[in-house]
Amino acid sequence: MAIILDHVNYIYDEDTAMAHAALIDVCLNIPDGQFVGLIGHTGSGKSTLVQHLNGLEKPTSGCVFYDGKDINDSDYDKKSLRAKVGLVFQYPEHQLFETDCFKDVCFGPKNLGLPQKEIELRAYEALKQVGFDDEYFYQSPFDLSGGQKRRVAIAGVLAMKPEVLILDEPTAGLDPKGREDILNLISKLHQEMGITIILVSHSMDDVADYVQRIIVMNKGRVAFDGAPKEVFSHYKELEAIGLAAPQVTYVMQELKSAGFAVNTDATTLEEAKNEILKAFGKC
Amino acid sequence: MLRDITLGQYYRADSVLHRLDPRVKLVATFMFIISLFIVKNFIGYIIAALFLVTGIALSKVPPKFIFRGMKAIFFLLFITMLFNLFLTPGKELVSFWKITITYEGIKMAVMMAIRLVFLITGSSLMTLTTTPNNLTDGLESLLRPLKAIRVPVHEISMMMSIALRFIPILMEETDKIMKAQMARGADFESGSIIKRAKSLVPLLVPLFISAFRRANDLAMAMEARCYRGGDGRTKMKPLIYAKTDYMAYAAIVLYLVLIVVFGRILF
Ligand SMILES: Nc1ncnc2c1ncn2[C@@H]1O[C@H](COP(=O)(O)OP(=O)(O)OP(=O)(O)O)[C@@H](O)[C@H]1O
Ligand SMILES: [Mg+2]
Repeated sequence: MAIILDHVNYIYDEDTAMAHAALIDVCLNIPDGQFVGLIGHTGSGKSTLVQHLNGLEKPTSGCVFYDGKDINDSDYDKKSLRAKVGLVFQYPEHQLFETDCFKDVCFGPKNLGLPQKEIELRAYEALKQVGFDDEYFYQSPFDLSGGQKRRVAIAGVLAMKPEVLILDEPTAGLDPKGREDILNLISKLHQEMGITIILVSHSMDDVADYVQRIIVMNKGRVAFDGAPKEVFSHYKELEAIGLAAPQVTYVMQELKSAGFAVNTDATTLEEAKNEILKAFGKC
Repeated sequence: MLRDITLGQYYRADSVLHRLDPRVKLVATFMFIISLFIVKNFIGYIIAALFLVTGIALSKVPPKFIFRGMKAIFFLLFITMLFNLFLTPGKELVSFWKITITYEGIKMAVMMAIRLVFLITGSSLMTLTTTPNNLTDGLESLLRPLKAIRVPVHEISMMMSIALRFIPILMEETDKIMKAQMARGADFESGSIIKRAKSLVPLLVPLFISAFRRANDLAMAMEARCYRGGDGRTKMKPLIYAKTDYMAYAAIVLYLVLIVVFGRILF
């Protein structure tokens, strides 16, 4: 069920004066069950890219394959694709519309034409999975806090039981605690359900601790693609395109240039701690 | 999906027409429209066409862009032509079954088509070369005399400029909400009319909520900066006529004279 992008180009407002290439020659292969971080500066084309993965946008040229089939073939069933590749948008305000949260989460499964019982069961499960309190189930989604709205929005997509879950900046506008909660939640979903997850963000610190692979976008192109350690080793180039490696990387680099025998590959706080203790001969 | 609508859009460029005072452009468009309805012969239309082509050439807007907006009115144009063609009484040319085509009918249909195309092109040329803000500024300034009879000119033009400003924002928002709901399997395109009307609820609720929130924010921001209507309000960039503007007025007068002299003589 891998997702494959083959030389995808996308131009907004083609053949007008405002024509703007948002994706340029993007080739990617995202295998089953991977936890991917998609990073890029504002306007680098992250949102545009993920909208190609479930057929909301059609490439100007190039192909997108899901499960070995071209999703833009005229006889491809886009609706079932959208159930399999779930996309949670940047702003929950764009999708919440029902009178209460439970009904809102039911919207997705209802569109799949499932029986009523199944719909409600899935909605309940999804809301539980995202750690949403029972007491808010029948509250209006518009009265919730930002973090809770996000949870309902994620549940709304989870209820369709997708094989791939894409989250577009799920931590935007949240406080540090809310941010960590959501990230832990996503990580838990990945471990428990084994689904493919694509996490869009513009902060390396957000994703460094969680993901298996990082794809860096710059001005519509894939700039780097690899394991976090590998990508962070290019921290100088990352800075040049307006991103930064996690703070830990900088600390380790500084220590090394100050003459300590540390391994600069450490990307998470935990690894860094061990490295530093080792260098000081404490462990 | 909604990006194809170009009617009333602004096209950024640097041209004589773009720099012209919005009042001149408003007056010119108004006079041009009137001229289209007083013209009685084809010489008049040729003069009007020359005026229009000069405008397009001066505007530096690609003609392709101007005529793209025409697609939207193609249907209207077609119907108008059909009615004129078949329903104008006069000298019979061809006749089959119950339909007769007359010489006057053909003339009328062609004239009507030219008129409509010119009218749309002329007014698109104005909106393409004038920012909405400038347009409402110009309108406010032209309508100022009406203040004497207690027409709230400033308020009307402020409402207009806010409404114009929000059209692209709301269109973009609609696009995003549509996508977010389609990602959850919503279907806006198929099914019966009732089903389709129902499918708009998940689109309209977030859209209205967002529109109200934006309106509220804007009102708050205006209040925070002590906005209190038009009385005693000065402008950062007041409209002042330059030499080219007077030349443009002269061109308009010349055009009107030509139209009245040549365009109204019957042949
Ligand atoms: N609907 C649209 N019409 C025209 N251009 C667009 C549209 N949406 C995005 N773009 C342009 O495409 C480019 C990529 O936008 P995109 O939204 O994919 O960026 P992003 O990486 O998601 O940025 P952000 O971090 O701000 O969400 C930008 O330059 C943007 O101006
Ligand atoms: Mg984005």
